[in-house]
Amino acid sequence: MLEAFMEFFRQLAEDAPRWNFIFFYEERQWLRIVSGIKYTLLLSVACVIFSVIIGVVGAWLQGAKSKFVRRSVQGYIQFFRNTPPFVQLLFFYFALGQFTPTILGDDGWTEYPIISNIGWAIISLSFFAGAFNVEIFRAGIEAVPESTQEAASSLGFSRLQTYKEVVLPLAFRVSLPALNNNLVNLVKTTTQAIGIAVPELLYESVGIWNDYPSAQYPTMLLLFVTFILLVGVLVYGMHRWETALKIPGYGS
Amino acid sequence: MLKKIVNTSVATMVTLGVTAASAQAACTNDVWKKVMERGKVIVGVKADYKPWGYRDPSGKIVGMEIDIAQAMADAMGVELETVAVQSSNRMQFLEQGKTDMFIATMSDRADRRKIVGITSPAYYTSGTNIMAPKALGFKAWEDLRGKPVCGKQGAFYNKVVTERYGVNVVAFTGNAEAKQALRDKKCVAWVYDDSSIGSDLASGEYDAFEMPLSSEDDNPWGLAVPLAERNCVFGNFMSGLIFNMHQDGSLIALEKKWGIKATDYLIKQNAQFADWLK
Repeated sequence: MLEAFMEFFRQLAEDAPRWNFIFFYEERQWLRIVSGIKYTLLLSVACVIFSVIIGVVGAWLQGAKSKFVRRSVQGYIQFFRNTPPFVQLLFFYFALGQFTPTILGDDGWTEYPIISNIGWAIISLSFFAGAFNVEIFRAGIEAVPESTQEAASSLGFSRLQTYKEVVLPLAFRVSLPALNNNLVNLVKTTTQAIGIAVPELLYESVGIWNDYPSAQYPTMLLLFVTFILLVGVLVYGMHRWETALKIPGYGS
Repeated sequence: MLKKIVNTSVATMVTLGVTAASAQAACTNDVWKKVMERGKVIVGVKADYKPWGYRDPSGKIVGMEIDIAQAMADAMGVELETVAVQSSNRMQFLEQGKTDMFIATMSDRADRRKIVGITSPAYYTSGTNIMAPKALGFKAWEDLRGKPVCGKQGAFYNKVVTERYGVNVVAFTGNAEAKQALRDKKCVAWVYDDSSIGSDLASGEYDAFEMPLSSEDDNPWGLAVPLAERNCVFGNFMSGLIFNMHQDGSLIALEKKWGIKATDYLIKQNAQFADWLK
């Protein structure tokens, strides 16, 4: 079965020179794709988790008493929301990367930074998407009626408790659709990590079509299909979550 | 059902391929005619490959390949417009008609000839080598096995050195990033064309570095016209132009002008094509 599958694509490459699905019949190229998908998954999962954490914490800090904290959060949002993520990525890796401690390699010359290019990609993309998440959660928090919060504090809840037990659970439900959008965008933005040589799916794909120009269209097709599936899984999961969290009569 | 769809699409693709092949035989000279009508030829060149194609302080793209493009435009009697291309998009730009032809430091490879019309003779050759810190004292390609080596996306030898010597190539989108990563000590070497490394070392900005290995895979550089016009006016014209530039020594003169180390290839071609009437 697998043999016939590989044979079909080998034949196709011969009959149609622009449609060389090389990764379906040559193991080395297949392994490159698999490894690329692994890194894309790693980046996506890590960035989604961290950016949501940043969003939740940031939205809480936006309501802080200290003016300094509120201003800092605002500054962070303005910086990361108003600059291109690709520029942030290059800046983090090349500029900030200079100041992080390094471990000297065995050869006495190479310096392995403690934060690798993958680490920087996760940090910079999480901060980028996190800035949007803060705003998304803020919108959700503002949708929780003042009277509900007053009711909570009259029951003796502290500010943190009110946020954690009352405001956030309600705000989260309101925020989910917008959050969903932002996370979908985040997953697609992980391809920009190619700029700092993170071997994710786009990096490996470009590598393959540079080595085999005849495989360009098929590799592009594979990129589309993979991201449609990846984002599809994310959207499906978020929908299930939205349904599971639904409170009758609250929100829509 | 699925099988039927697949068969139909394969048949369509094959038919398209055949149509393209027969069009090639007919020589419609579309691009050539378009250039003549327009009075301007649009050439894809490098803008990050000193001294073959780079930006001077005023931002203008200059270099040895731009001079060849200028000689071509002069011979055609049209104006020259340069478009900056990269290794990973130069062939696509030509295929899509964004450029009429390109002279962009491309190695002449069999799989590339299927996509663009690379003409002969080649105007230059180069081999693969590395720029590495003197401190590491590399002696042989084998020393690089399993080590991180910076490179540039789109270079054919990334694959060659990976497969031949097990080098771990970390490919960046541009040369600037790759060289920055080498200076930041993120990799032990930078794998590239020996001629380009040679001119970088000569610039005096890389005193702590050397080019320690013997070059591999000396490879002709090919300029390209649209595939369909390789054996028509455009391709034949380019072959003739480059032949003449070999014969009258103007390629050697250009090499000198741009401070490139003299290559054996140009000297040999110059001797081989020498005019028998002296």
